[in-house]
Amino acid sequence: MNGGQDLGGTDGHGPVQPEPNEPVFHAEWEKRAFAITLAMGMPGGWNIDMSRFARENRPPGEYLAMSYYQIWFAALEHMTKERGLVADDEIAAGRSLRPPKPVKRVLSPADVAETLHRGGPTERETNTKAIFKPGDAVRAKNINPPTHTRLPRYVRGRIGTIERVIGCHVFPDSNAQGAGENPQWLYTVRFDSRELWGDDGDPSVAVSIDAWEPYLVPA
Amino acid sequence: MNGAADMGGMHGFGPVVPEQNEPVFHADWEKSAFALNMVTGVARLWNLDAFRFKRECIPPAQYLNLSYYGLWTVALEQMMLEYGIATPEELAAGHAIAPVKKAARMVTAADMTTMVRCGSPYNRPAPAPARFKVGDQVRAKNMHPKTHTRLPRYARGHTGNIVRVVGCHVFPDSNASNAGENPHWLYTVRFDGRELWGADSDPTVRVCIEAWEPYLEPL
Amino acid sequence: MAHDHDHHHDHDHGSELSEMQLRTRALETILLEKGYIDPAAIDVLIETYEKKIGPRNGAQVVAKAWVDPIFRKWLFEDGTAAIATLDFGGRSGNHLVALENTPSVHNMVVCTLCSCYPWAVLGLPPLWYKSAPYRSRTVADPRSVLRDFGLELPKDTEIRVWDSTAELRYMVVPMRPPGTDGWSKEKLAELVTRDSMIGTGLAKQPRDLK
Repeated sequence: MNGGQDLGGTDGHGPVQPEPNEPVFHAEWEKRAFAITLAMGMPGGWNIDMSRFARENRPPGEYLAMSYYQIWFAALEHMTKERGLVADDEIAAGRSLRPPKPVKRVLSPADVAETLHRGGPTERETNTKAIFKPGDAVRAKNINPPTHTRLPRYVRGRIGTIERVIGCHVFPDSNAQGAGENPQWLYTVRFDSRELWGDDGDPSVAVSIDAWEPYLVPA
Repeated sequence: MNGAADMGGMHGFGPVVPEQNEPVFHADWEKSAFALNMVTGVARLWNLDAFRFKRECIPPAQYLNLSYYGLWTVALEQMMLEYGIATPEELAAGHAIAPVKKAARMVTAADMTTMVRCGSPYNRPAPAPARFKVGDQVRAKNMHPKTHTRLPRYARGHTGNIVRVVGCHVFPDSNASNAGENPHWLYTVRFDGRELWGADSDPTVRVCIEAWEPYLEPL
Repeated sequence: MAHDHDHHHDHDHGSELSEMQLRTRALETILLEKGYIDPAAIDVLIETYEKKIGPRNGAQVVAKAWVDPIFRKWLFEDGTAAIATLDFGGRSGNHLVALENTPSVHNMVVCTLCSCYPWAVLGLPPLWYKSAPYRSRTVADPRSVLRDFGLELPKDTEIRVWDSTAELRYMVVPMRPPGTDGWSKEKLAELVTRDSMIGTGLAKQPRDLK
């Protein structure tokens, strides 16, 4: 979606402000929000693309005014409610008010290391061939889905070069909507800065994104 | 600049919510904000384009969470500081602090009546013949100035047709930076919805913008 | 529920913090009571990312690449496989690409759309990486971002920005500082800063080590 999260190329946000000796978490609640989100992946039955969309999918003013883990927490609340795992009255009461829904699996402490180690590989088998090869000129499509996509606005309609054929990977635009993994060929596409930003672009800069085949057409 | 004001095509703001029997102003302070802005315009303290740019420069997280007249008020305060009309101490105190810099001339009720009746036209004598004519196909440039522009992001790089030659008007991109009125030919350019939003979008939609000649290139 | 990204919190901070404490505690309590989460698993997750997985992992990868040309070549050809030999990988490291900084090319990594970051080798990202200033400006004007970090690169250095839009995770291999011949991998790793592996900094010089 063209939401508050699609920040590439926007102005007015001010300087980057690194914090010296920044702690991993700034408050106890941030640790909990982080860990519970990860732990709920299994019982929640959502995939990472759904999580990302749940974070993006709010008024842009909210997105930009909320802290990072406030956004994570809001998405967690939304996804657990959406799946009927918790209800508004329980949240208000701060405790469970009715029996749990059965879930596939719960993350045990013994599983954590192995689960993290396994991660979430997204490469899939395919019978199809990649349409593009390194060196091909491609144009990023001008798509504007209100649903999840990983094609940022700043590249749409712009011409780039295939730098690398990565492999066949789960397609987030599908996966986030629960429409299946629908794996597609994934490429690294490189754009000259002046192609992206016009005559004022810095000629010494190039930007690449990783783009799935449905985002691209031959240029 | 690619600030928060450039909202065309963004998602997540929710439904349009018309207010039944909406008053012209929702609070007394809004009336003041409105009137003060009109007065400062007539007093020629700054130009309208500079004031628009000042609003746009409000950091997006703040911009999107301010009400309409809240934006005017914040921008007004910043203009007063920038143009030396008031000091930070005076704004904090809420009154002028000696030594008071007097205006050359006070804006009167008669001035305001004249302003409302006559407005402030933006057409100027043409420095050169118009480059384009009705029917011409043009492309909106892919430009990303850090300063004020009236070419929205959603139009940049897209092809449309000249449907009207409006005249020669003050050029906001110049005027907002106090670099002079620098008038240019102004056109109404019409774009197909699908050109702007992609092949999947509504084929019955057309969008027109007013675009100054420096925004456009011939096809 | 507004929260400034400014680190100089003021009067609002206390009440906001307690609001988030209450809300997270409420949700955690419910999920625990329903048996969806195991409290010990939560503790292990926090411990892992607060204490165990962090930029020291990436520093080890870089130090090894500096001394071992075969590993270096492999790292750039197949980052995932190479780092797996050091037992790094897994979450946000399943598809790792290492980027080589050279005298003519400087790499920078960003995720404009959210906060994708190579957790497996760098741990969790710092707040600035996830915030609007970095995400908005790095793809458009990376030199101005480097200036925010006090770094100015020569005008003819090519700057390559990598926007992590898919599940590939990128880490920068900074150039090895001069005057480090014969150094052990452990000592070399001390020169490798987190920022140098994101691309917002360079590796430390030997004189910077106290």
